[in-house]
Amino acid sequence: MKVIFKTSYDNDIDLHEDWWARGKIIALVAVMAVLPFLVGEYYLAEATNTLIWSLAGMGLMVLVGHTGQASLGHAAFMAIGAYTDAALMNIGVPWVVAFPLAGLAAGLFGALVAIPAVRMSGIYLAIATLALFVIVEEMIIILEPITGGVGGIFAPSITIAGVDFDRYASLNNFYWLCLGCVVLVTWLYANLLRSPTGRSFLAVRDSEVSARALGINVTRTRALAFGLSCAMTGLAGALMGHYISFFNYELFSVFISINLLLVVTIGGLGFIQGAFFGAILITAVPQLIAILRDGLNSTTGIDLGSIPGLDTLIFSAILVGFIIYEPAGLYGRWLKLRVWFQLFPLARRDMFRRQKTYLKTERMR
Amino acid sequence: MELIQLIIGGVATGCVYGLVALGFVLIYKATEGVNFAQGDMMMLGAFVALGLVNADYWALPFIPGVILAAAIMGGVGYGVDRFVVRQIFGQPQFALVILTIAMGFVFRFAAGAIWGFTPLVLETPFAGKSLHFGGVIIGYEDLVTIIVTGLLTLGLWLFFQYTRIGLAAQAASQNQMAAYIVGVPVRRINSTIWALSGVVSTIAGVLYASKGAIDPNIGLLGIKAFAAAVIGGFGSLPGALLGGILIGVVEPVAARYLPGGISQMSPYIIMLAVLVTRPNGLFAQIYAKKV
Repeated sequence: MKVIFKTSYDNDIDLHEDWWARGKIIALVAVMAVLPFLVGEYYLAEATNTLIWSLAGMGLMVLVGHTGQASLGHAAFMAIGAYTDAALMNIGVPWVVAFPLAGLAAGLFGALVAIPAVRMSGIYLAIATLALFVIVEEMIIILEPITGGVGGIFAPSITIAGVDFDRYASLNNFYWLCLGCVVLVTWLYANLLRSPTGRSFLAVRDSEVSARALGINVTRTRALAFGLSCAMTGLAGALMGHYISFFNYELFSVFISINLLLVVTIGGLGFIQGAFFGAILITAVPQLIAILRDGLNSTTGIDLGSIPGLDTLIFSAILVGFIIYEPAGLYGRWLKLRVWFQLFPLARRDMFRRQKTYLKTERMR
Repeated sequence: MELIQLIIGGVATGCVYGLVALGFVLIYKATEGVNFAQGDMMMLGAFVALGLVNADYWALPFIPGVILAAAIMGGVGYGVDRFVVRQIFGQPQFALVILTIAMGFVFRFAAGAIWGFTPLVLETPFAGKSLHFGGVIIGYEDLVTIIVTGLLTLGLWLFFQYTRIGLAAQAASQNQMAAYIVGVPVRRINSTIWALSGVVSTIAGVLYASKGAIDPNIGLLGIKAFAAAVIGGFGSLPGALLGGILIGVVEPVAARYLPGGISQMSPYIIMLAVLVTRPNGLFAQIYAKKV
C-alpha cells in the first residue's frame, strides 16, 4: 500500500493522487485514440456505440449514483437531444451549434420538469419520470412537422470546417468525434465532483437532513443535478441519432431507459468508471449472445434464435444476479479485488460487509 | 346516451386498472416497496387462467380453473418474495425497483415461451352476453368486473383494518424494527402479502382477459395502473380503485371528444397534475409524526 505525502491543500482535491494514476488515464485515452488503426470497421462501430452508451450512462450516473434519485424516463431526454439536434441540422444549423443546443434543450426541459419532480421522493420520482417518458413519446408523434412523426427523421451527416464526419463514409472521424465528446464530458464530470456543487450532490444523496443542516439548498441541488443529468443524456441522444442516422420515436423506447439503469447499476453506482463498465457490458453481451448462438447452431444444431426475447431474459438474469450478490456493481467488485491484493494477507471478508438498514414508512414524517 | 355508454365502459376498464393498482398498494402498504412487475404478474395470471380454462389446453370448468390459477399465482408471488426479494431485505428501495423491473421481463419471457406471442382469447362463460337499459348496453363482462372489483376492494380494506395479519403488515411497513421488537414475523408477513398481491393480480388479469385478446405485452398496462395508484395516493386501497376508475373513464372520453394523442397521454397528465398540486395523492396517507 502506497502512502501519499501531501504538501498542499490542492493535493487533497486533485483528480488523480499521483502521476501513476494520471498516466494510466492518459494511456487509456491514447489507446482509444489509435483504436481506428488497430481494429476493423465492425468493431470500431461497436466501440462508437459503447462510447455513446457510456455518455448516456454518465448522464444517469449523476442522478442515480451521485444524487440518489431514480429515473425511469431517461430515454425521453435522449429523444429530446436527438430530435433537437436533427431538426436544427435539417434547417441548416451547423453541428457545432446544434449539438450544444441539443444538450441545452434536454437540460432545460429536465430542469423544468425537475422543479415539481424533486419535491417527490424516491419512488414517486421514478414513476413521474416514467409518465414523463410516455408523454414525450406521444408528443414526438403529435409534433410531426418537426419530428417526422411515426415516419421518422433523418440526421444529416456532420461537417465541421469542411471535414466530413459521416457515420458511414468516414467512420474513423465520427469515432474520434464521439471519443472527444466523451473525454470532454468525463473530464467536466470528474471536475464537477470535486467542486462544492458536486460535493453537495453527494451530501444530498447520503443524508438529506444533514445536507440541509449544512446549509445546502436541497431542492435546488436536486433540480441542478436533474438538469445536468438530462443535458448529458441529451448529448448522448444527439450522437445516437447520428449513429443510427435514420430514426423514429421507436428508437427511444422504454427499454432504453431500462438499459440505462442497467448500465449504471451493473457498472457500479456512484463511480464514473461504472458508467463505462456498464456500457461495455451492455454493448458486448448482445454480440456475445449472437456469437454463442451461431456457434451452437453450427456445432450442435440447437437453434436459440427460435426463442424470442432470449436477450432480455439474459439481461434480466444478469441484473437480478448483480442486485442480489454485488450491489456495488462491476467497479465495486474490482475495487474489492484491488484492496484484497494490496493488503494481501490481511484482507478480511467483513471489510466490505453491507450495513443492514430497517425500512420506515415514508408516509409518517 | 353515448357519453353514458362511454362512462360505463370506462368504469369497467378502470376497475381493471384499479385492481392492478391494488396489487401495488398492497405491497407498498405492507413492505414499503413498489413492485414494478405487477403488470406482468397480471399478465402471467391471465395466461395461467387461460392455460387452465381454455379448451385447447386443460379445459377445466371456469370457476375452479380461475381459483386454481389464483392459487398458483399466489404461490408465484410467495416464491418471488421468499427466494428473490428477501435476498435484498434491508437494501435501498431503488434496488427493489430495478429488481422487479427485471422480474417483469422474466415473467414476460416465461409467458411468451409457454403460450407464444400471438394474441389469445380466454374463454369465459359470460362472453358476448349483455343487458339493455333503454339505449345503453352493458356487457356481462363489464358488470362482473365492476362487482368483483367492488367486493375485492371491500374485502382487502377490511383485511387491513381488522385482521391480525393485516394490522401486522401495516406495523411492519411503518417501522420494521419496532415491528420485529413487538414480535411481528416481518419476513413471513411480507411473503404472505406478496402472495395476496399475486392472487389479486390474477383476478385483474382474468377480468382484463374477459374483455379481449391477451398477449405477453399487456403487462405494460402496469404503467397506467401506477398512475392510478399515484392519483389515489400510494397506500390507500379505495384511493387506488378510484384513481383507476378516473383514468378508465377519462381515457375513452378524451379519445372521443379531444384531438388525437391526448387520450394516450391523459392518465399521465392527470397524474403529474396530481403530483404537482397534491404530492401525496387525492387520498393522502401521510400523517404528521406525533412526538
